[in-house]
Amino acid sequence: MTRLLLSLVLLLTALGARAELLIEITQGQDNPTPIAVSPFAWQGAGAASEDVAAVIDSDLTRSGQFAPVKRANMLSRPSTEQEIYYRDWRAINTQYLLIGRVSGAEQMRIEFELFDVDRQTKIYAGSESGPASEARMLAHRVSDKVYEKLTGIPGAFATRLLYVSVTRNPGGKDYYRLTLADSDGARPIVLLESREPVLAPTWSPDGKEIAYVSFETSRPAIFRQNLATGQREQLTNFKGLNSSPAWSPDGNTMAMVLSKDGSPDIYLMDLSSKRLTRVTRHYAIDTEPTWMPDGNSLLFTSDRGGRPQIYRYDLRSGATERVTYEGVYNARARVAQDGRNVALVHQDNGNFHIAVHDLKTNRLHVLTGTALDESPSIAPNGSMVLYATKSGDRGILAAVSVDGGVKFRLPAREGDVREPAWSPYMSR
Amino acid sequence: MKHVTVAGKALTLLFTAAFLAACGSTDTQEDTSAAEAAAERARIEAQQADEARIAEEQRQQRMLEDEAERVGNIFYFEFDSSTLKPEAQAALDKHIALLKTSDKSVRLEGHTDERGTREYNLALGERRANSVRDYMVVNGIASYRIETVSYGEEQPEAYGSGEANWSQNRRVVLK
Repeated sequence: MTRLLLSLVLLLTALGARAELLIEITQGQDNPTPIAVSPFAWQGAGAASEDVAAVIDSDLTRSGQFAPVKRANMLSRPSTEQEIYYRDWRAINTQYLLIGRVSGAEQMRIEFELFDVDRQTKIYAGSESGPASEARMLAHRVSDKVYEKLTGIPGAFATRLLYVSVTRNPGGKDYYRLTLADSDGARPIVLLESREPVLAPTWSPDGKEIAYVSFETSRPAIFRQNLATGQREQLTNFKGLNSSPAWSPDGNTMAMVLSKDGSPDIYLMDLSSKRLTRVTRHYAIDTEPTWMPDGNSLLFTSDRGGRPQIYRYDLRSGATERVTYEGVYNARARVAQDGRNVALVHQDNGNFHIAVHDLKTNRLHVLTGTALDESPSIAPNGSMVLYATKSGDRGILAAVSVDGGVKFRLPAREGDVREPAWSPYMSR
Repeated sequence: MKHVTVAGKALTLLFTAAFLAACGSTDTQEDTSAAEAAAERARIEAQQADEARIAEEQRQQRMLEDEAERVGNIFYFEFDSSTLKPEAQAALDKHIALLKTSDKSVRLEGHTDERGTREYNLALGERRANSVRDYMVVNGIASYRIETVSYGEEQPEAYGSGEANWSQNRRVVLK
């Protein structure tokens, strides 16, 4: 019954949904690459369900690394190689040109070609196909390919976000929603609504399941939920804290924080047997575990040294070492897939910023200048860090590139948004 | 006739005896009534004493309840601290005195301000709730009567930023 209700909620809230998040680019690269995305030709019956070229255009713009040409400034709008007049594109100083065609009814197919305007050559051709209902996701996949061809780094546009939004209710209980959306904020789907707090959403490594903490039983408990079926399972119901779920890279184990034995410590739960193994044993606060990509060690926050700092626990040797030393407060680490860059919350002069700690050089680089930044989440390609901050007294999401060069904000149309979790690459 | 006389005498005797018996029984009845009255007086006095005692207990209970209500059920903390302030201890003493008159269970909800990370703040909120629980246990409330739950920075009392708001949010609420 619960499963049926959840599926219904999924269905109902997906209908007529528009993006809850707006995207405002606040800082791009100094010399973004000029590119033109000519409108893709629609070869199916009736009108095109989605403007595929516009989705790609906004993906490339949001990366901060590209400056797409406005359609109004295009002198021609080719959709096949034969229709291209390179002089039209040289005249408006475009370096690259992307053209394409969309066909199919229920099954959609996008064919696309990328050209180097100066060399007058085709440098890439590809196609993406899938259900027409996933037209936007297919467009994001084209963006991923184009981005990879031009930067050498795989794109992360065909990914999704989880976030928590809250409607305030002064003097009463706030209203919480856990939402799933595309990486550009489009197609939001409400997964959970509650009068009790919902927090710490996180992804399974295959992107098919999520876990989070919900207070719906009047106490914190960790839940696991399948995105396709809506099926939900309560994993914990211990006395005290039940928080910070973190899936192991192989998907078999969940790291979590429990205080059932006294102070908050890190535990591992085998997801098939539900057997618990205690990892840390300290009277201080140990929390916010996150896995290194190789699955052999965990990073976590501990105030065993007096103030919160990041520590690393080696699961093979059982040894614990302190990782961060710069500043009085470093917490909630998230590791990039390269196993080198660690995004975290760093306190400086009383303000909380997002910083990246390089595990190789042990250097810390502060990325943001706002005062109450938290919950960093790294894109699966390691390029951007999504985080929560405050604008005025409203909670908004924001993103910054790992080099600090590109920044954009994703305020919600209404209410507070927080705790973004960027999905891994979605397995098809 | 003689029979009649004898019978009349017998009747007289009977009457006399009955009269005497009646007089005798009247004396006994008077004694019993006095005892009963005394008992009744004692009973009423005891009842009045009971009522007075209950009234006094109720008055004291009301006083304890009023005192607990007067000091409130929210105890505030300094930034990044789970140490009970003296005024919080004094306030808790009132609640402890009241709790000792019953076997009611209580729930302690720990909260923090918005600064720092959410999950670290969950742990800080629990530390605050535990600090209140420990004080209550040391002062005679059985630990099984106390449940602690931390909300961290969720459900703030004041929504804005700045110390004026933050100081209202660093709290433990007794429910």
